[in-house]
Amino acid sequence: MAKPSPDTSIKEFSPWTDPDEKPLIRFKNVTKRFGDFVAIDDLTLDIYTREFFALLGPSGCGKTTMMRMLAGFETVTEGTIELAGQDIAAVPPNQRAVNMMFQSYALFPHLSVYENIAFGLRRDKLPKDKIDARVTEMLKLVRLEKFARRKPHQISGGQRQRVALARSLAKGPKLLLLDEPLGALDKKLRQDTQFELMDIQETTGTTFVIVTHDQEEAMTVASRVAVMDEGRIIQVATPGGIYEGPNSVYVADFIGDVNIITGKAKAAGPDKYFVDWGGNQAPILATSERPFTDGQECHLAIRPEKISITKEKPEEAENAVQGKVLDIAYLGNLSTYHVELPGGQIIKAQTANTRRLSRRNITWEDPVWIRWNATAGVLLAE
Amino acid sequence: MKRLSPFNITALTLGFAFLYLPMILLVIYSFNESKLVTVWAGFSTKWYGELLRDQAFLDAAVVTIKVAVLSSTLATVLGTMAAYVLVNGGRFMGRTVFSGMIYAPLVMPEVITGLSLLLLFIGIGLDRGVLTIVLAHTTFAMCYVSVVVSSRLVSFDRSLEEAALDLGCNRFDAFRLVTLPIIAPAVISGWLLAFTLSLDDLVIASFVSGPSSTTLPIKIWSSVRLGVSPEINALSTMMIGIVTIGVISASLISKRNSVRAQKDAQAAERSA
Repeated sequence: MAKPSPDTSIKEFSPWTDPDEKPLIRFKNVTKRFGDFVAIDDLTLDIYTREFFALLGPSGCGKTTMMRMLAGFETVTEGTIELAGQDIAAVPPNQRAVNMMFQSYALFPHLSVYENIAFGLRRDKLPKDKIDARVTEMLKLVRLEKFARRKPHQISGGQRQRVALARSLAKGPKLLLLDEPLGALDKKLRQDTQFELMDIQETTGTTFVIVTHDQEEAMTVASRVAVMDEGRIIQVATPGGIYEGPNSVYVADFIGDVNIITGKAKAAGPDKYFVDWGGNQAPILATSERPFTDGQECHLAIRPEKISITKEKPEEAENAVQGKVLDIAYLGNLSTYHVELPGGQIIKAQTANTRRLSRRNITWEDPVWIRWNATAGVLLAE
Repeated sequence: MKRLSPFNITALTLGFAFLYLPMILLVIYSFNESKLVTVWAGFSTKWYGELLRDQAFLDAAVVTIKVAVLSSTLATVLGTMAAYVLVNGGRFMGRTVFSGMIYAPLVMPEVITGLSLLLLFIGIGLDRGVLTIVLAHTTFAMCYVSVVVSSRLVSFDRSLEEAALDLGCNRFDAFRLVTLPIIAPAVISGWLLAFTLSLDDLVIASFVSGPSSTTLPIKIWSSVRLGVSPEINALSTMMIGIVTIGVISASLISKRNSVRAQKDAQAAERSA
């Protein structure tokens, strides 16, 4: 999650909760059709200044189309997109205060690193010394001073990525669009670069909109994440909000690992419900702010790390079920136990490996108890 | 290096002999002392000197070069534009028809191209001369240019142009500053191809040339009908030389670019 910017360090950075705050970008009932295919379906969304906003979804969900509409490469079929209060439909890409970092980087192969970064500034007919100062500043920002005279094919993939970033930031856009910016990098480099991106976003104070299909990347860098599917936004929230409080099974399943238990709801006190989920099993106790009627079908989503696993029957647990260990996935720092319940359902429970492997006391086929609190999961209607 | 087997050597020799023996004979005989073409009388460059003093040949050479430069330049501009639209224009109405039509002159018999152009020029009352040959050569050379350039454009990353637009270019600037420099090798080889095609065209030129605009191929053709002279051999040798230089440099330009790109990429990987 992006750190709050320094000037609001006391108050948490959350302009979307402030009704007086004007959004930088405003999608109003935007629909985009390619022939019969609906890429974006009646979408409404506000993005605020200085946000690091992530559009997350599987390929073909419309996230790239949204970005290309912001850049001006696609037109809107219905609805309006406003940038700083102005409808940008009629503004061609070269006159928008928006710059884009392309997935392929799109560095000009015939120009040096320096000339690539200077390209946009030269189009604005800035005086030479100003261009030089700005390019030097950008090279310093991405730590590529030594490579200014190289051509794009003479530097490595990670360096190319930074040149692309510097080039798109050089004109000081109000909004920077990043299309899968780290997709071409290997995992280690990607993680380092994520933090670098966040630092740069913070230093420059630019609003970033990033498109990605990598949920980990979105969670790491973004102040807010929009989960998309089939041209619609399913949920917009902070990374924590998305992970802890998904609004649908789709979102819960898309972000991270989750157990879904389906059953019938029954009221059990204020904001508390029993979930009746299997013939001879005791009902599960869960809390929910969303109301459910008695007998309504519901899905309980619980993250594996919120379920603990023991050999002995736990005392005073709100929810405890006995089962048998089917599989153990050893991930080094964590282990995930696949526990089969008597009804045949498999529940994943995750524990941190604080002890050495040889001292682990739970093994395959062991009868075990799994337990979780009433507040551990989220009760979902769909 | 692998050594070739005797069979391969024989096949190779026969093939190349078939292709190049006539030309080698022509080149050798251009240095013949004797006036009789088929009798060798010792080495001499006198026919080259003779050639340079022959005003009619010199005039024809000037016309030919003029036509070749003008028509290949025009053909390159038009052919590049056509290729650009056909590759990047997306699925506009009638795209298939247009792309078929631009390549049709490649297979059209030259006699027909020449005849139809002649009819057109007579029809619109254009006097036959250098201009008509330039127009005719542009017509048939532009489809070759278009083939060469469009094969390069197909592999051109469209996001480079979008990046240029994004950074403040209008469409024309994006083409001029980004697309054109990147596809330049293809455009140059297209130009060289058009140049050599124009240089050795006889059929179309003979339809559309006028009395004051004889090109070298026409000149050679008409002289040969009066008997082959060593002068013609010398002239042909020079033309072979020019065409060879054109073709070799066209392929070297594109080869050098790809080799250099490969080397640089390897160097970047090592230093990373």
